[in-house]
Amino acid sequence: MIQNQIVQNPIPEALRPELEARIEVDTYSRPVIVLYWSTSLFWLTFATLAGLISSVKLHSPGFLGGMEWLTFGRIRPVHWDTAIYGFGGLAASGTLLWLQARLCQIRLPFRELLLVGCVIYNLGIAVGVVGILMGQSTGVETLEFPLYAIPFLVIPYVFIVIANFNMYWRKATKHTYVSQWYLMAVTVWFPILILSAEACTNFGAVDGVAQAIANWWYGHNVVGLFATPTGIAAAYYLIPKVIGKPIHSYHLSLLGFWSNAIFYNWAGTHHLTGGPLPAWTITLGVVGSLMMFIPVITIGINHHMTMLGSFHYLKTSPTLRFAVMGSMCYTLSSFQGSLEALRSHQEVTHFTHYTIGHVHFGMYGFFAPLMFAMMYYAMPRLTNQEWSSARLIRIHFWCTLVGMLLYVLAMCFAGIRQGLMMNDPSIPFLNIVKFTVPCLMLRTLAGLILLTGTIAFLINFSRMLTRHTFTYSTPTLFTSNRRWEDILEKERELTSKQILDGGQGA
Amino acid sequence: MNRTLLLILGIFLTIASSVTGLVIIPNWQFQELKPVVKSEGQQFPAPYEGEAAQGRRVYIDQGCIYCHTQQVRMKGYGADIRRGWGTRRSVPRDYIYDRPHQLGTMRTGPDLANIGGRQPSSEWHALHLYNPQITSPGSVMPRFDYLFTEVTEPSQLTNLAVKVPVGAAGKVTHIIPTERGQALIAFLKRLNQAYPFPEANQ
Repeated sequence: MIQNQIVQNPIPEALRPELEARIEVDTYSRPVIVLYWSTSLFWLTFATLAGLISSVKLHSPGFLGGMEWLTFGRIRPVHWDTAIYGFGGLAASGTLLWLQARLCQIRLPFRELLLVGCVIYNLGIAVGVVGILMGQSTGVETLEFPLYAIPFLVIPYVFIVIANFNMYWRKATKHTYVSQWYLMAVTVWFPILILSAEACTNFGAVDGVAQAIANWWYGHNVVGLFATPTGIAAAYYLIPKVIGKPIHSYHLSLLGFWSNAIFYNWAGTHHLTGGPLPAWTITLGVVGSLMMFIPVITIGINHHMTMLGSFHYLKTSPTLRFAVMGSMCYTLSSFQGSLEALRSHQEVTHFTHYTIGHVHFGMYGFFAPLMFAMMYYAMPRLTNQEWSSARLIRIHFWCTLVGMLLYVLAMCFAGIRQGLMMNDPSIPFLNIVKFTVPCLMLRTLAGLILLTGTIAFLINFSRMLTRHTFTYSTPTLFTSNRRWEDILEKERELTSKQILDGGQGA
Repeated sequence: MNRTLLLILGIFLTIASSVTGLVIIPNWQFQELKPVVKSEGQQFPAPYEGEAAQGRRVYIDQGCIYCHTQQVRMKGYGADIRRGWGTRRSVPRDYIYDRPHQLGTMRTGPDLANIGGRQPSSEWHALHLYNPQITSPGSVMPRFDYLFTEVTEPSQLTNLAVKVPVGAAGKVTHIIPTERGQALIAFLKRLNQAYPFPEANQ
């Protein structure tokens, strides 16, 4: 798109070198980012299908019965692990590398190493999936992949960490943009997180209840210290970028970042409320979860106040629509999560479908849309082609929104009723099971809607890879009205300090 | 450069603090936990050995944890005890031999911390695992029929065979648990937190 502008409209001479440098950075990183993102979409589809199978099995247990490798207890962890490590890991890593290269304004280093890393990582997921289906799961939730799959997953991440640090150290800009703090944080947190958790659980450094705590310290943090910071980094980048306005407040972003960093990683033990743990460990988890209101509110103010007055762009820009959906769901699902951690809330909703609803609110309402937004924004710049169909983008968006909402509402409603019934010992257990069945069917419907959206996205995405789309024209928007022209106008007018460097200096 | 180091140090410290607080310190606290040893070589809890250990492996590879917890909440918090899922709350000492832990976070099905006490019959477990609809109509639990051999001819019977109610499985009159099926049943029957640890009443 930028290139088109250069071709079609002459831009101020002063900006030309920077734009050309940016095109060079994008072109250079193309093979790496495209490989990370396209494989991430493969795993997204795979995870969605595995989720659908699990969902159907939970209301119709005879579905695909008789095959041990497809039993609910195996396909269910395959769903989550491919969603978080396959889709999440690869989409986030692609986002991390692309954003960091852009914000540092330098070429992606170790390009070949990162490509090899991506292949190894994908092999690792595949090996892990086969392991679980063959019954070799470790039995530790979210760390189910058998130990022989772990090196495949850790080594590529080492490459990513090295590349990220390398870029940050050599960056051509004087400023550090807020997204970069989050990207640096992810690369420090994730290796420590996964290595400590693997050591404590699958390598057997601790047993019993201590292992459960380590397990949920990890289980919560893999979302909080890996998916969330990447999602926030993407929102911080995309929202100001698309609407052409700097972030609302630098000071708030500072407060949001550090309070998030301090409180999030204490929150995990709320997954064990009521369990056989010392009360103080749970209390720490509850306090950590409630303190999360501080970063969530500050980050929320920053994102939503930046958007204030620019909501009309949602009509036109696909990137913005996904990004705003993501940032709004971040606020809402985080509020939900903090309240959910309260002991009185957990007495009802713990051990129920409510938790499953909440996880999907976070992952499919916040994280996934921001990754989609990132791809909608960056892919045309990487491949120098436009999205072939606005209608497919529209289908993708509405399926994502409607499917996600239906999923979350059905599961949260089912969970609350399920919890209340479970706490009434006069209700036979099987009656509770029968009550949840219609809600579980609604979930299958929600899953089908999400799958439809994913397929629409896949078609659009693969047309771009196979070059069955067009180049050198205007961007694909929901409606081609004049406001988009204003955006382009603004992008050209903005000074490098505001946007090209990535906005706020640090 | 100094700012970069400060950023990375800060990021590192945040996670180091929670590793210490939530992983290392609880582990120190639990290392003192020892089983209660009774005179005749009986101890509570007892390590999983032989068939029970093998059965625990089957429990893990079938992913029972995704629908069943193994933890009883205290009296007055939820209705675990009133539902008959245990006589006391679970305590850390119940789990000292659990590797990997199987506490679980989901109760699509009931809690199993005391399933061995609640359902001591091997026949019940065999029928329930073979086809949950026989013992629990309306259940959404999958069938684990591949852990059993189906018997249609009297000549195939062994002393492990369990009679299937007439008409529940077509021509099948009996089922014989495979080695893994037997191990899983042995493990489920072992699940019992009956011993009254003093700390459970605190």
